[in-house]
Amino acid sequence: MTSKLALILPEILLVVGAILVTVLGLARGKVWRDSVPAVTIGLLLAACCLVPVVTTDVRLASAGLLLPAVGMYAKPLILLVAIGLVMLSVGLVDRRLELAFAHGRAAFDAIRVMRGEYHAFLLLSVAGACLICNAPDFIWLFLAIELVSLPTYIMVATSRGSRKAQEAAMKYFFLGAMSSAIILYGIALLYGSTGTLQLLAIQDVLAGQAAGEGVATLALVGLVLIIIGLCYKISAAPMHFYAPDVYEGAATSLAAFLAFVPKIAGFLALILVLTAVGWSGHRVAIDGELVAIGNGLPRPITALLWMIAVLTMTLGNIGALLQKSVKRMLAYSSIAHSGYMLIGLIAGPGGPSGISGINATLFYLLAYALMNIATFGPLASLERNGEEVETLDDIAGLRQRHPALAWVLAIGAGSLIGLPPLLGFWGKLYVFSAGIQAGQTPLVVIAAVNSGISVYYYLRLLSEPLVSQTNARSATVVSTPSIWPRVASVTMAGGLVIVPLFLGRVLDAANRSTRGVAITTVDQTTELDQPAPRPVAAVTPDAP
Amino acid sequence: MTATQIMAAMLLIPLAGAAAGAFAPRTIAKHIGFASSLVVFGLSVLLAWEFPAWTTGAFWPGNADGTLSDGSSAVGLGVTFTLGVDSVSLLLILLTTFLTPLAILGSYTSVRTREREFFGWFQILLSAMLLAFMARDVIAFYIGYEFTIVPMLFLIAVFGGDNRRYAAIKFFVFTFVASVITLAGLIYVAAMRADAGNEWSFALVDLQQFARESLSKEQRFWVFTALMIGFCAKVPLFPLHSWLPLAHDQAPTGGSVILAGTLLKLGTYGIYRIALPMAPDAAVASTVFICMLAVIAIVAISLVCVAQRDVKKLVAYSSVSHMGVAMIGLFALNPTGVTGSVMYMINHGLSTGALFLCIGMMYERYHTKDMDKIGGLARRMPIWAFFMIFFTMTSVGLPGLNGFVSEVMCLLGAFMAQPLAELEYPGMMGPRWMLIAGIGSVILGALYMLFMVGKLVWGPLKEPHGHAHHGDATVPARGGVHSMHETHAGAHTGGAGATHAGLAHDSPHAAGHDQEYPLPPDLNVREICILTPIALLCVFIGLQPWPLLDVIAPSARETIAGYPEAVRDHLADLAADAQLNATTALLPATGTATATGTGTAPASSGALGSPLVIAP
Repeated sequence: MTSKLALILPEILLVVGAILVTVLGLARGKVWRDSVPAVTIGLLLAACCLVPVVTTDVRLASAGLLLPAVGMYAKPLILLVAIGLVMLSVGLVDRRLELAFAHGRAAFDAIRVMRGEYHAFLLLSVAGACLICNAPDFIWLFLAIELVSLPTYIMVATSRGSRKAQEAAMKYFFLGAMSSAIILYGIALLYGSTGTLQLLAIQDVLAGQAAGEGVATLALVGLVLIIIGLCYKISAAPMHFYAPDVYEGAATSLAAFLAFVPKIAGFLALILVLTAVGWSGHRVAIDGELVAIGNGLPRPITALLWMIAVLTMTLGNIGALLQKSVKRMLAYSSIAHSGYMLIGLIAGPGGPSGISGINATLFYLLAYALMNIATFGPLASLERNGEEVETLDDIAGLRQRHPALAWVLAIGAGSLIGLPPLLGFWGKLYVFSAGIQAGQTPLVVIAAVNSGISVYYYLRLLSEPLVSQTNARSATVVSTPSIWPRVASVTMAGGLVIVPLFLGRVLDAANRSTRGVAITTVDQTTELDQPAPRPVAAVTPDAP
Repeated sequence: MTATQIMAAMLLIPLAGAAAGAFAPRTIAKHIGFASSLVVFGLSVLLAWEFPAWTTGAFWPGNADGTLSDGSSAVGLGVTFTLGVDSVSLLLILLTTFLTPLAILGSYTSVRTREREFFGWFQILLSAMLLAFMARDVIAFYIGYEFTIVPMLFLIAVFGGDNRRYAAIKFFVFTFVASVITLAGLIYVAAMRADAGNEWSFALVDLQQFARESLSKEQRFWVFTALMIGFCAKVPLFPLHSWLPLAHDQAPTGGSVILAGTLLKLGTYGIYRIALPMAPDAAVASTVFICMLAVIAIVAISLVCVAQRDVKKLVAYSSVSHMGVAMIGLFALNPTGVTGSVMYMINHGLSTGALFLCIGMMYERYHTKDMDKIGGLARRMPIWAFFMIFFTMTSVGLPGLNGFVSEVMCLLGAFMAQPLAELEYPGMMGPRWMLIAGIGSVILGALYMLFMVGKLVWGPLKEPHGHAHHGDATVPARGGVHSMHETHAGAHTGGAGATHAGLAHDSPHAAGHDQEYPLPPDLNVREICILTPIALLCVFIGLQPWPLLDVIAPSARETIAGYPEAVRDHLADLAADAQLNATTALLPATGTATATGTGTAPASSGALGSPLVIAP
């Protein structure tokens, strides 16, 4: 028990920090209130530094985790990107209220200030995403997912002082509640079939079922429901409809948050669930004989994920083609990228010499995190009369007044297209390679065609700021008073250019994180009544 | 300096130049661009000087020495960034580094806004092209190959004509989508190779060896198809060519020069370097199809050229037709044809690049490219007229100039590629193909090019209505330029309903800056300095093609090393099919005859030009 607690010290720090930030946000002194983002960033940074300190192999080995090392990669990624996301929202919440306080138009009123709560909820949501890495069972997993989602509903509502935000929050909340219910129902069915909620135990039971007469239908139905519920978190079809409306309604910096934190949380949860199902060969009874049908997830699950992936990327890209609002376009693009990332999950961990699709997805998440901030960031750094900029017209000719932001947008869009040598290209290369190696060539071809379609709308995002002339609309666009959104955007765009130079190390980190999962190839000659050998769960530091 | 250092320097100096230019004063950006491209040219000459393998077809440096990354898979996935050149890639590098400074010099006065960006993108383009030609690793190649479209996008979209946005986006989408399919094909080979228990590698030699030896015939066919889709869109081959005339029409002069001069060669180079050695049997099987497309391109596009009124579009379309000849040579699959095709790439780069420069110089003075509006310029610009006629002659293949040698070799290669199994290099084409291609390229080519030059250069002097010559007039006739644009709009044959409204204010080519860079009626010293080196090179290659042929041939032999065997296999298959068909035809039960009789070729190969004679 102590080892489990020690492992989640960073998250505990974040939760305690959330209380601290709430109190700070209510302080009467303006300096204290203004220090909230800085404190939040400090907390995130401290948590990030804490991760490698508290994570020792001994603790991981005794924590009973399915993928013990995934936190070593995912947690620093989430925490570091969250710092960028906090920077984006500096000066966003309470801006008018603070101005009114400063000009003496209103007296300080602790009930009306929101900044503390906003950052506290942000910290809680991030803590939830980190906690998923440590989930030993479905209860923990479900609570962590809820901890990611619940604060975001409130953040959406409070991020902007407009009705649109509240409408978006309501949509987001009701659909989110529905997806949680679906996940929970799926967990219940899975429990009914396996008799346990421990991920490791479920893995054993399912492997046993698979080695017997195939995974039980009840378990399959449960898994299907869990996956569909998680599709909401990663904004994948058929649960993607909310994304454009919610992103449009939320403040731009929060849209960037929604496009990343719930997504990585959903993908981590999916990876855990699918690992519990196992990529080992599953057998079905054909004419009274048990026949191995090759490596991979059970057929229904593969088919489901396949359809989800194809639908997600296609609907996302086609939807994005039709948009005029940049935020809606980026929302659809976020949907499409979930589709690409699903290819990695379908591919699975790969053989001993192969590329692991899970690692590919984890790496793609890193690339997507940077691209996400690099495209949403410039929008969050601009405003017209205190209102957000939304359409392509608003950013036409951005180069003339804000060259750095125009270049950041161009680099972000180029990376989303997958232009070499930017980071997005390597993400796609990695995912596609894993997909082809796992025998999913048709899926990769569909994805390639889709990324061809996506060129058209990304190209507008790339060329509008750099190529077009300033028009009447865009002439009135100015940058926000705070410099931090711009700093975050430029940093992330720099990352898109520079990280490929250190690609080997980043890939190594992603590879180390899923050590312990591998296809346990089922030999035809092994006894059929034995359950498939369980993947090694213990961590061996220097294993290849 | 080792070879790798020289090559790395050639890749980095333009990037450094672009970065320096971005922060330099507006007026000296072009000088920085010119200087850095000149340095790169010097380095490429140094590289050529040190190159030891001119006559062996080997790569230099070897794979182990050429890698820029430290470990075997330091970049992950086995991507190693290995650089290396053989004689053909070195020649194309020389062509690139030779044309780029001239194209930059040619843009000195025509680019009048956003100079820093223009010359910066130009240098980035140079670096990307060089990377594609130097790479020995398909991912490194792909990075260079794919990244060329970004600078080109900006060169067209920012500095192009009035329909530039549409042209740029069409160019980008076409080439990007096609090359993503190429990438998928390359990944497929690498993934299959890793699946067979090898380490992940994207090294070109590894992939080619694996594809030749271990993939099934069907897999090879699909890989070859995927690769060809991307490369053919770049060449461009007939049905994928529609982006090119538009892009050329809208691109600024410098962009057109590089686009025609070297960017298109990336497509044929990709086929030559990657696709052909990878899948000999698939290439043989698709020869007839590709040559059919090439012949359609040559003949049909030539006819399009005859009807063209816009000079720049005419030359752009002629590029499509000319690259068809290069494809015919390449897919002759014998040393003569392939050597001729590589030679054709170089010559086409020189002559078409120079033609675009000439047209750009005319456009800068008259702001029109319409043949009906302008004529008899020999009276006004005798030096320009000389160069224009000269480069037209090289382009149509006048004996004694460079175009002749390569065109004849391509056609000769096609002629020699007969489906005779006992030939040293049997092929799938034959005299008929050569005849049609020859008629298209030589006769029609000469027809439209001479027609164009006749209209432009000779006859009574005809200048655009109201045109006051910029060299003579102290104040440029803005009204005149406006009316000229309007009349130009009427005759404009552009695809997407271009509106010329606002061009004069919007376009970098617009009048109004003429006082800044006054141009004499005829070419000035700078312009003569641009065209003279190209002209000298054309004459030299025309009179002394042997050195060039001697260094291309060994590399060409390496590329098509597996081909005689592949063609013989294919012919044997065809013969077996024919016999099978013949025997089934003789059976009374089947009733319908699928072949005319024993011993003749099946209907599908009847179009090959000569009957199959197969050694049993």
